[in-house]
Amino acid sequence: MVNQWMMRAGKPDNPGEAATLNSLQPLRKEFVPFLLNFLREQSSRVLPQGPPTPAKAPGASAALPGRPGGPPRGGRGRGGRGPGLEEAISGESLPWAGGRRLRGSSSPDSSSLARSDPPNLSNLEEFPPVGSVPTGRAGTKPSRRINPTPVSEERSLSKPKTCFTSPPISCVPSSQPSVLDTSPWGLGLPPGCRSLQEEREMLRKERSKQLQRSPTPACPTPDSGSPLPSRTGRLTAEPADPARVSFRQRLELVAHVYSSCIAENLVPNLFLELFFVLQLLTARQMVAVKDSDVEPNQGVLDSLESPLFQSIHDCVFFAVQVLEHQFQVLSYLDKGTLKLLAENERLLCFSPALQGRLRAAYEGSIAKVSLAMPPSAQAVSFQPETDNRANFSSDRAFHTFKKQRDVFYEVLREWEDRHEEPGWDFEKGLGSKIRTMMGQLSVACSHSHFVRLFQKQLLQMCQSPGGTGGMVLGEALDVLSMLGADKLGRLRRLQERLVAPQSSGGPCPPPTFPGCQGFFRDFILSASSFQFNQHLMDSLSLKIRELNGLALPQHEASDEDGESDVDWQGERKQFAVVLLSLRLLAKFLGFVAFLPYRGPEPPPTGELQDSILALRSQVPPVLDVRTLLLQGLQARRAVLTVPWLVEFLSLADHIVPLLDYYRSIFTLLLHLHRSLVLSQESEGEMCFLNKLLLLAVLGWLFQIPTVPEDLFFQEDGQLDAFEVDIVASEHGLDSVPVVDQQLLYTCCPYIGELRKLLASWVSGSSGRSGGFVRKITPTTTTSLGSQLPQTSQGLQAQLAQAFFHNQPPSLRRTVEFVAERIGSNCVKHIKATLVADLVRQAESLLQEQLVMQGQEGGDPAQLLEILCSQLCPHGAQALAQGREFCHRKSPGAVRALLPEETPAAVLSSAENIAVGLATEKACAWLSANITALIRREVKAAVSRTLRAQGPEPAARGERRGCSRACEHHAPLPSHLISEIKDVLSLAVGPRDPEEGVSPERLEQLLGQLGQTLRCRQFLCPPAEQHLAKCSVELASLLVADQIPILGPPAQHRLERGQARRLLHMLLSLWKDDFQGPVPLQLLLSPRNVGLLADTRPREWDLLLFLLRELVEKGLMRQIEIEACLGSLHKAQWPGDFSEELATLFNLFLAEPHLPEPQLRACELVQPTRGTVLAQS
Amino acid sequence: MDLPADLPLYSLTGMGKVGRRPKQVSCSQSQATLLSIFSQEYQKHIKRTHAKHHTLEAIESYYQRYLNGVVKNGAAPVLLELANEVHMEKVLPFPLLAFMDNIKECVCYYDLVTEWQIRVQPEKVTKSSKSVINSMLRDPSQIPDGVLANQVYQCIVNDCCYGPLVDCIKHAIGHEHEVLLRDLLLEKNLSFLDEDQLRAKGYDKTPDFILQVPVAVEGHIIHWIESKASFGDECSHHAYLHDQFWSYWNRFGPGLVIYWYGFIQELDCNRERGILLKACFPTDIVTLCHSVA
Repeated sequence: MVNQWMMRAGKPDNPGEAATLNSLQPLRKEFVPFLLNFLREQSSRVLPQGPPTPAKAPGASAALPGRPGGPPRGGRGRGGRGPGLEEAISGESLPWAGGRRLRGSSSPDSSSLARSDPPNLSNLEEFPPVGSVPTGRAGTKPSRRINPTPVSEERSLSKPKTCFTSPPISCVPSSQPSVLDTSPWGLGLPPGCRSLQEEREMLRKERSKQLQRSPTPACPTPDSGSPLPSRTGRLTAEPADPARVSFRQRLELVAHVYSSCIAENLVPNLFLELFFVLQLLTARQMVAVKDSDVEPNQGVLDSLESPLFQSIHDCVFFAVQVLEHQFQVLSYLDKGTLKLLAENERLLCFSPALQGRLRAAYEGSIAKVSLAMPPSAQAVSFQPETDNRANFSSDRAFHTFKKQRDVFYEVLREWEDRHEEPGWDFEKGLGSKIRTMMGQLSVACSHSHFVRLFQKQLLQMCQSPGGTGGMVLGEALDVLSMLGADKLGRLRRLQERLVAPQSSGGPCPPPTFPGCQGFFRDFILSASSFQFNQHLMDSLSLKIRELNGLALPQHEASDEDGESDVDWQGERKQFAVVLLSLRLLAKFLGFVAFLPYRGPEPPPTGELQDSILALRSQVPPVLDVRTLLLQGLQARRAVLTVPWLVEFLSLADHIVPLLDYYRSIFTLLLHLHRSLVLSQESEGEMCFLNKLLLLAVLGWLFQIPTVPEDLFFQEDGQLDAFEVDIVASEHGLDSVPVVDQQLLYTCCPYIGELRKLLASWVSGSSGRSGGFVRKITPTTTTSLGSQLPQTSQGLQAQLAQAFFHNQPPSLRRTVEFVAERIGSNCVKHIKATLVADLVRQAESLLQEQLVMQGQEGGDPAQLLEILCSQLCPHGAQALAQGREFCHRKSPGAVRALLPEETPAAVLSSAENIAVGLATEKACAWLSANITALIRREVKAAVSRTLRAQGPEPAARGERRGCSRACEHHAPLPSHLISEIKDVLSLAVGPRDPEEGVSPERLEQLLGQLGQTLRCRQFLCPPAEQHLAKCSVELASLLVADQIPILGPPAQHRLERGQARRLLHMLLSLWKDDFQGPVPLQLLLSPRNVGLLADTRPREWDLLLFLLRELVEKGLMRQIEIEACLGSLHKAQWPGDFSEELATLFNLFLAEPHLPEPQLRACELVQPTRGTVLAQS
Repeated sequence: MDLPADLPLYSLTGMGKVGRRPKQVSCSQSQATLLSIFSQEYQKHIKRTHAKHHTLEAIESYYQRYLNGVVKNGAAPVLLELANEVHMEKVLPFPLLAFMDNIKECVCYYDLVTEWQIRVQPEKVTKSSKSVINSMLRDPSQIPDGVLANQVYQCIVNDCCYGPLVDCIKHAIGHEHEVLLRDLLLEKNLSFLDEDQLRAKGYDKTPDFILQVPVAVEGHIIHWIESKASFGDECSHHAYLHDQFWSYWNRFGPGLVIYWYGFIQELDCNRERGILLKACFPTDIVTLCHSVA
């Protein structure tokens, strides 16, 4: 009867019973919390020495993490509970009802139970470090029991209030205070803990101290592992004997009822109950109880005054009973847990049958949960498509972002290096740097760029399980068990360092930002930029929508052959990647969205709360999660949507669950929770592990301190009306086995606590050796599946859809993938061919324009317009070329990717669809963008050309390379410049009288210059430019006879013949070997001509010779030289020099242009001029 | 003419040159490295003392001394000696002039030319005069005052650590080593994108080479290679890390830096992080093997 009462309505065997039960329905929600509280209390004598223990009263999700220091408030709580209890059990004559009554009326130390009053496992700071003496404690905390809250005061006395007020289950041991403080905004104060103000204040101080000490809240303090060693060191487990169980029948009955509650999801958190049961299984000692108190009335079932668990034997018996009921769930746990369970000697002793089933389950299990290696930080790679200049509004924005990217990684690197150092503080160390950087993000577009970088980096670093900082399970325990107990002591310490900081902090930890996530959270907090947060929320919301709506391939269980297996791995992996990404994004969205509303102060109550509610209820939600949830439920994709929604909600502030919008979401989630009955496995039903995942995350959510404690049981009444209209196809994601143990444990690392509990039992009970080594498989990050292209409507599209319907999903994926890639490649191809051609045309057109209009070339904007009007019409060809490309490329790709055995018709259809999709994609893009693309490229080309036109026209000229035979052995340009510079500096002085160069050396130098110029291998334009300039300077010095020559002291000058030979060499270098322009006009610059002024007697013939040769070789035009000579007159010269210059000018003009006689003519002039000069 | 007392050192640098042929690694290696180190130290000194010579009073006094000098004898190396004197106080006696910051400005010729502009052609001193003056310094022929032009030119050709010629030599050396590296990459069949290609694609930071397929060098994955034709000392390496190497890492992942003139061994401490240092082209290269089906 009780059991049926527990079940949902409509199920009982006969109508009469059903009616009775229905009338009792409202009581159910009061009964369940009572039962849970009762069991916790009953077990309290057994579990004080237990490992990190959950709170006793599930459903009573009061504040745990925020309140390690809460005072005993058992008195009020108990007072409140009495009536509720009675009501709950009235008419049912539950055998333990008397026990409650007794408790309710007795003073703490007058009853036998009170003495062993529960050490309030949840309120773990009451739970002293495990090493302390248990008996001493039992006496000191008689009244520690319940934290009543204003909520309970407001409710009618007839309701059981206390069950909602005991600390929530997710308690972490007192030895892990930092876990409690993991959130910077002070999670976890229950609504209305007014009487706790002082403690809260103390707590806040303490917390801020801790925050300063350890800014990475993700890591629990290292002593979190300490309970284990101390326990193993001191306590030996009492043996449990099935023969010594008292009240067997009563225990069986309670176990049955309890199991039914679990099976029907009437308990908020399945895994918490399992944890509790395993605690009972592994209880070591019963706290000593006076015989007179226990006095078992053997065989009297209704001796309600007696405790439920009178001995370890009772506990173990009860636990094994429950485990037998829960075998199905157990069998889905990971292999390691199964092994530990199967090897548990108590379990073997009490139920060999269950042990046999577990062993079989273990042997058949392949659910190894692997330890992911934490990935080292990898930067988001630079992608020209999104990151180059074209994506920014201005050069400044582009360069600002360039700097920001670097500062961001600088900050990240510093964090990586230092965040584990004691005393390092994120805000102190990096805060101002971050804010300075954020301050530079003035343009809105830069914000979006930065946010994109931030979000990508977040996904990259935190997506994999390793990145969350959570080793999925206590891997080290395997190593420990392998090594045997004797080495435990030493290894324990290692484990404390390695494992404990990574552990999730009890079976119900508060939300944290482990590992790298801490960086991103602290970054957001330190940046404290409104704009950044807004852009981040926009971006996160968009990405969440995108991923949530991702068309995840659906697995058909009856796929024909082994090929499906391969696909299946990929699909499951893809699902895991998408799910983990979504959870991460949603968590940060929740964090940022609710950030302004969270604070360390307690949640408001009364009128204040009402006004806040009124204010908040008109604020639209940051992301319409309710619609997404409804859609997810309808499309049977809850397994994807709910886990991330839970992450999002877990970071909400206290007000959120009270808002109508979010309250309705919680209602939906509660309905869902109830509906996920694990034992129901029918066609179209959600897969078992999918359910288990949802139950785990929802159970966890219900324990979050910000979620009202009464929420879970309050909604109970409406549950049976829960129906979701499933509009989508019957093949929703929910019925596809997308969740495996790895994913389950990754999402819910706290499930691993079960295994830790069992392992600690093993290591504590006996020196055990054996075990297995776990293979460590590093996971690789897979890229997210790209969003599948939206296909067009129309009959063709429908046909294509139909075509895929009966084909293996891999076919569709392949075709869509090929289409997507080919379409994208098509665009790239058009860019590289058609557009590039047009750009080349633009360049040559521009050159023509420039020639026509002279060097200025006119207004660039106008030029661009002219060019674009000429070229853009050619863009029309793009569509035709694109179509052709897709036709040519797609079929081959499809063929290569599909199995050889694909039937010909299927193959050709697939090819055609791929061609169609690719063409559609490419043409859609091209027709929308080709003109803009051409414009952009032409614009870039124009500015490139105009720039190049300016200072360095040489760069544009056609360049010859080395000859094919060249072995690149010529002297290096740098070497030559340096050599020539030495000669120049010698010539210009100051110098030592003995210093000089030999004519041979000069000749050799020019020879080397020729070699270098002919081998282009190492020559760059600036070097050639300087070589050209230096060679001109050298020529000027030669002409002016200014180069000090080594040799007999008398002869410090170059012979005229030698000088000419050298000038000839230079001329031929200028003519034949230089490919860039040579600044020959420098020969006639006032400075170089002025060199001649210093020589006595002045020698003009070399200059004249040189000028003539220049004209002769076509290196300079006569007019140019005349212009230069003309302008020389403007300079101020000594009088005689001006005269001579004028003579030279006349001579140059007078000389006829004759090929041969030129030299002679020059020499003919020489004597004349020589005399003139001599006379002067 | 009186010889500067510092001739020996000057000769040393004249002998060593700033340029070195990368292919003939051997005896000249240590000397080239030495020169590279010297050049870096010298530049550091210039930067340290830069501000001191930039006060108005200092410039005024230099200008007066210059004027007095050239009035006496326009052909004497007035400016050169002035520059040497200014810089010889703390450093090695070294006939170097021209403190240039970031290879653009220098106290002596820059300020004197500016001064000259202001006095002689006040009407031409405009906002763009700085670029005009820079251009004059690159090409002294543009300086209308013949004496000043000669003086400046003398400074340029005698300057062994700064100035347009030295810049060009440094640039050429850098380029030559890049070419050398490119040849080695081609020889090893490693496909890459060079700086120009990257720039054309719009990359905001461009290492010398990005490998299209990453390789492993001494067990470390690298995606890019940067060639540095200088000695990797602490100061320059940190500047490079900040301005270039980490930026490359931020965009392209881990990479390799080759300091052709060697580096301080202790600086190679970011291998695990993704910046690998070598003094030559690596020999231990592992490439991705394409399984032959």
